[in-house]
Amino acid sequence: MRYAMAVDTKKCVGCSDCVVACQTENDVSIGYCRDWVVEINHGTYPQLETEIRSERCNHCDNSPCVRCCPTGASHYSDGGTVLVTKNKCIGCSACIESCPYDARYTHPDGYVDKCTFCLHRVKKGMQPACVAVCPTKCMYFGDLDDPNSSVTKVLKIRNYKVLAPEAGTKPNIYFLI
Amino acid sequence: MKEELIVSGRMNAKIDPVLHAWGWEISVYLFLGGLAAGLLFFAGVYYLLGKAKKYPTAVRKAPVLVPIILALGLFALFLDLHHKPYFWRLYTTVKLQSPMSWGAWTLMVVTPISMIWAAINIREWLPNWDWKFQWAKDIEKFFVGYKKHMAWLMVIFGVILGIYTGILLSAFNARPLWNTSILGPLFLTSGLSAGSALIMLISKSKKERKVFAQIDLILIGIELFFIVHMFMGFMASTQVQQEAAQLFLGGHLTAQFWIFVVVLGLLVPAALEIMELRKIHIPVLVPVALILFGSFMLRWLITYGGQLSRYLY
Ligand code: SF4
Ligand code: SF4
Repeated sequence: MRYAMAVDTKKCVGCSDCVVACQTENDVSIGYCRDWVVEINHGTYPQLETEIRSERCNHCDNSPCVRCCPTGASHYSDGGTVLVTKNKCIGCSACIESCPYDARYTHPDGYVDKCTFCLHRVKKGMQPACVAVCPTKCMYFGDLDDPNSSVTKVLKIRNYKVLAPEAGTKPNIYFLI
Repeated sequence: MKEELIVSGRMNAKIDPVLHAWGWEISVYLFLGGLAAGLLFFAGVYYLLGKAKKYPTAVRKAPVLVPIILALGLFALFLDLHHKPYFWRLYTTVKLQSPMSWGAWTLMVVTPISMIWAAINIREWLPNWDWKFQWAKDIEKFFVGYKKHMAWLMVIFGVILGIYTGILLSAFNARPLWNTSILGPLFLTSGLSAGSALIMLISKSKKERKVFAQIDLILIGIELFFIVHMFMGFMASTQVQQEAAQLFLGGHLTAQFWIFVVVLGLLVPAALEIMELRKIHIPVLVPVALILFGSFMLRWLITYGGQLSRYLY
């Protein structure tokens, strides 16, 4: 099992519903977010091009955050998701420093927090909250080992990119372009 | 033109607008760790060379301070931990890929050795010290018999500790400014230089002071070489590292780096030491304070600047 997500940058309108859905579903502390929306504008008027991306932890296959965690609090879980065990985390911030995507933060209670791919929902057969709520249906989540999962299918027919592949983290969030 | 905005308004504390997860605590920890490493290294080396009589400060007097320096350093690290009640988890895991982990274990070895060495040399500072209990005297006598073994451990673990203060940062490839293996040797050299400076300050013997001024001059030379080497490496590397180096080569940390680290922390004390060796008398506190200050600023600017450098996508 290899969980992955694809985000269609052509369909995303930047409404940030995914951000609010995550905050609600995961009871994210006020003032923090586990996913966020980036808008990139290229060019000069009138030749402008916009890309909108909903970003979150990439649940990397070669995660520097898991590697540098001194206690094993950051670890791989089902389907390659990267999770943090609260009561093993000492809050040293090494993992925060090691993530090229700035996907982690220190929870006000002291441990490190981040996207979990909504594993608690996925285990029940549901989609992650951000994917489920997206009004343009621009996100696809599933198992890359399953040829019939929506994410495998869409990656077969569309062009895509990942962020900072040169960082060598082997990220699992694909952006359809 | 390319403009990138987080339109959903992310403002995670210490992550946005720029990463600042590590503050002064880590810089202090790295600085004190390097200083302790330097003192341990010189004490071990000169003991093994049989020069304990010639250089009593380096071998006996200065290392008494090491446990205090390490305790302060560990306290700074402890302040930096956000989930403090769980800090003992560091010692339920050994994870070789994690520099934080092997650093914690290195300190676990270094601290007790430095305490024993300090205990058997405590009379250097408190001549009338008496252990009071017979068992304490017995323990002291026991360890005095193992001085040579301890000296070896002090040399080896001194080097490991000194290098570790650099590796801790260079292991993060997400921060291009840190991601250079030269940081290990650079911080080791800077720690040794800080150690020799402190020995100069404490020493009462002219001869010992002179030798450590000479050692320090060599170390300063090596440090300058490593700094040039670091920038050469960056400039010949990828775009992210070229931009990271720009922070110190025209970017907004340029003045701090060249004035505090290179001029005040290396060149001026080197000049003062040369003058002293040429018999133009300078109060020893001046070069020593500058070296310690420069050594701390090096850690601080690299820790701080590293968090401003990042991958671009
Ligand atoms: S995106 Fe960052 S936090 Fe997530 S797995 Fe990769 S390195 Fe770790
Ligand atoms: S902050 Fe917690 S999860 Fe992150 S590296 Fe330290 S112990 Fe591991």
